[in-house]
Amino acid sequence: MEAVLEVKDLIQDFGGLRALNEVDLTINKKEIVALIGPNGAGKTTFFNCITGIYTPTSGTMFLRTPDGAAHALNGMKTHQITALGMARTFQNIRLFPEMTVLENVMIGRHCHTKAGILQALLRDRATVAEEQDTVDRSYALLETVHLAEYWDETAKNLPYGAQRRLEIARAMATEPCLLLLDEPAAGMNPQETLELKRLILSLRETHDLAVLLIEHDMSMVMSLSDRIYVMQYGSPIASGTPEEISKNPEVIKAYLGESGNA
Amino acid sequence: MQRIFKALVAALWFMVLCAPIMGLLLLPDGTASFRWQRLAVLGTGIFFASLLWQWYFEKKERGERLFGGKAQAEEPVHRESLLRNKSFQRISLACVCAFMIAMPFIPGINSIYQITIWISALIYVMLALGLNIIVGLAGQLVLGYAAFYAIGAYTYGLLYQFFGLGFWVCLPIAGIVTVLCGLALGFPVLRLRGDYLAIVTLGFGEIVRLVLINWDSVTNGARGVSGIPRPALFGCPMNMQWSTTYLYYMSFLAVVVTIVVITRLKNSRVGLALQAMREDEIASEAMGINLTQVKLTAFALSSAWAGFAGVLFAAKTSFINPSSFTFWESAMMLSMVVLGGMGSILGVTLGALILVLAPEYLRAFADYRMLLFGATMVVMMIFRPQGLVTGERRHYRISALERKGD
Amino acid sequence: MDLQYFIELLFGGLTRGSIYALIALGYTLVYGIIGLINFAHGEIYMVGAFTALLVAGWLGYIGFPAGGILLVAALAAVAWTAAYGFTLEKVAYKPLRSAPRLSPLISAIGMSIFLQNYVLLAQTSDFVPFPDLVPEMPFLASLGDVMGPTDFLILVVSCTTMLVLVFWIRYTRTGKAMRATAQNRKMAMLLGINADSLISVTFIVGSALAALGGVLIASHMGQINFNIGFLAGMKAFTAAVLGGIGSVPGAVVGGLVLGIAESMTTGYLSGNYEDVLSFCLLILILIFRPDGILGKKQVQKV
Repeated sequence: MEAVLEVKDLIQDFGGLRALNEVDLTINKKEIVALIGPNGAGKTTFFNCITGIYTPTSGTMFLRTPDGAAHALNGMKTHQITALGMARTFQNIRLFPEMTVLENVMIGRHCHTKAGILQALLRDRATVAEEQDTVDRSYALLETVHLAEYWDETAKNLPYGAQRRLEIARAMATEPCLLLLDEPAAGMNPQETLELKRLILSLRETHDLAVLLIEHDMSMVMSLSDRIYVMQYGSPIASGTPEEISKNPEVIKAYLGESGNA
Repeated sequence: MQRIFKALVAALWFMVLCAPIMGLLLLPDGTASFRWQRLAVLGTGIFFASLLWQWYFEKKERGERLFGGKAQAEEPVHRESLLRNKSFQRISLACVCAFMIAMPFIPGINSIYQITIWISALIYVMLALGLNIIVGLAGQLVLGYAAFYAIGAYTYGLLYQFFGLGFWVCLPIAGIVTVLCGLALGFPVLRLRGDYLAIVTLGFGEIVRLVLINWDSVTNGARGVSGIPRPALFGCPMNMQWSTTYLYYMSFLAVVVTIVVITRLKNSRVGLALQAMREDEIASEAMGINLTQVKLTAFALSSAWAGFAGVLFAAKTSFINPSSFTFWESAMMLSMVVLGGMGSILGVTLGALILVLAPEYLRAFADYRMLLFGATMVVMMIFRPQGLVTGERRHYRISALERKGD
Repeated sequence: MDLQYFIELLFGGLTRGSIYALIALGYTLVYGIIGLINFAHGEIYMVGAFTALLVAGWLGYIGFPAGGILLVAALAAVAWTAAYGFTLEKVAYKPLRSAPRLSPLISAIGMSIFLQNYVLLAQTSDFVPFPDLVPEMPFLASLGDVMGPTDFLILVVSCTTMLVLVFWIRYTRTGKAMRATAQNRKMAMLLGINADSLISVTFIVGSALAALGGVLIASHMGQINFNIGFLAGMKAFTAAVLGGIGSVPGAVVGGLVLGIAESMTTGYLSGNYEDVLSFCLLILILIFRPDGILGKKQVQKV
């Protein structure tokens, strides 16, 4: 198996607080991995570290692109990491609210298109063609997340579940090899969660995608993921298949508290 | 009844509030007079304004639209408005262009005085559209835009004074100089949040103005630069009427170019990136947008436009001094953008025309101009923060849908 | 001789700085509570100075005893200006409490333009002489040029006011509520703090301080016009940012540092670039140390 993402000894300090403590994590090709743990365990901080929003105190992070080359992510800017092939969604939906649904996805194509100011002003044939290509590809992505009929609607007018799906479509537009989902099922009803699960599975097949997700919905985590990492107070306390994790005494303790104190 | 009581209280409150400043007048001989009439007028005005205010907010609280019925939760997906109707667009555009081209020859409004007013209106349209790039599209609140306008004007003025360079040579030079200044300001402020950016750019504007005043040996201080020539047409001598008309057409052309450039920019890949940055910086960075590059592009383009407008301004007035480039100019340009609707090209153009032409043609209001600007900014933010023109959306052609339609 | 010149400059700077500090407190208090840069604050200060001037003139006209004029005029200015601050918040900011960040800022700029032109139209665009109302203080004579009666008054009044304010914020119920709201508005409201009235109180206190600053500086400068609020507001804002906006002691420290720095530049270099200095300082701080001398570092939430 080839690792898409390899993180070793990742440490993130905020002042005196150690938010991440020697986190090791590997994700293989086409693997769905879940990151779970109580609130404040450092899951979102981990996302922010590997996407370049925070600069980690120490540790190494490697992303392997489909061509086989491994890239060190340390010191890279967020947009460079996205261009390499790692895309994310946000815990508290961060769409571009005043723009249309289609435009939201088109933004995701930014790093795979080239037109600059001069081309924008001259509008030569190549630029127009590139633009139409962006529009059509974005529309096709909207079809895969079942939002095509709303393409000309303003993003903020979409219902909650649809906004989450739009965020996924927007992330997919950057053509990632690794997709990071931060609580994608939060606030969804069981029906929507089920559809989301199907969507993630089908995206993996059609796009050769590896997925890392943070999620609190345990039934979804257990049925969807190939492997699970558990974090507590910034440290990884366990990892393994869903079966192993559900039987792990450390994990049960972390979630239910010490039996003596309960 | 309760509303009337509230309105009465508000009226009384404002009358007391304004009593010293509006009521008291100290005369030079050491006596004082009290102007009751003014306060009475004010009280009456506030009474009715307060009724309106209450009516509006009560309605808003019930979730109703200002006019007619309840607001719908979701708007229909495909809205047909007049603004999106293609043939209506074409006809009105043709009418406006025809009027603008014929304007210097329409008897009654073709005096030099009138044409000059229209030239300055056109220059402000350019400025407002340029500011719209950075404020409206990119969402970066810049309060020192007049500084770039000044730099453009002084580039022409000083290059003429010291080296005798003409209009057409100075136009591109001013563009380059202002772009460099825009980058010089833009680079350090990349990381600043909205309100801090506003203050820094305001400070930059003041620094430029103060330097222009104090650097006497070069800029000639507060007295300014005079005798700046108007652009020549292949070296033909022109009388005042003709050179004004010529400048008018040039400004009109400049505005047309500006509108074309900015429309194309807005609809391009870079334009989309700018708007994404306005909506959410972190999300747009996570979508692969290089914020540094995009922000600097916006700064550079925006300041270049102010530079071009500055050169036109210097050519129009043939005399420039620092007092033309105060904070109030920046504030006025900002209110044009805000009034028109941030990001909307049609809106900002209308906003600029209204704010320049209204005080000129409604002489009674000329004194109250700045007062009304200020009030307009507050009122717009409260009642219509999106500006006059909204819903200006680009129409995309989707190949998949068109095939289905065939 | 050189030392005396230095001391003169130092005291000049302290006088000036304590006025900046008074106005800066208004910015900082408001910013702490609602996170808004109250752009119209400089104008509030200008309104304070004008109210004092007008009331003083009127009192003189009706034959009020000369000794009490300054006190009564100052009190009137404080009362009226506080009312202006209260009204300003209710009209221009309260309806925008849940609007996007730029809206209240633009509304504030609009209010600032409005207030300036309101005074311009209601009064005059010229500079108006401010009457000399500060009593002679014979005990200062020995200090010579170091400190005049006006400077003395400014230092005493502003120091007392600031001490009172610090104690008020630290030990009273309202002060504690203010600090709680500044840290976490939602939580404070859940605990029963009435945010609306607290914000009103903040604006009233801030405006009252600005009015006091206005009266003091007007008697120091000897003349005022409708435009004085802009520059004073910018400088006070610089002071607030210098000390760390949102921090009360920061505003005081920032004001004093800025005042002394300006006074030294004017004294040793040149007076022409005194305003350029404060604007440059403002820009440099905002770029390199936006949290100021005493401010806390903020981590951006994602």
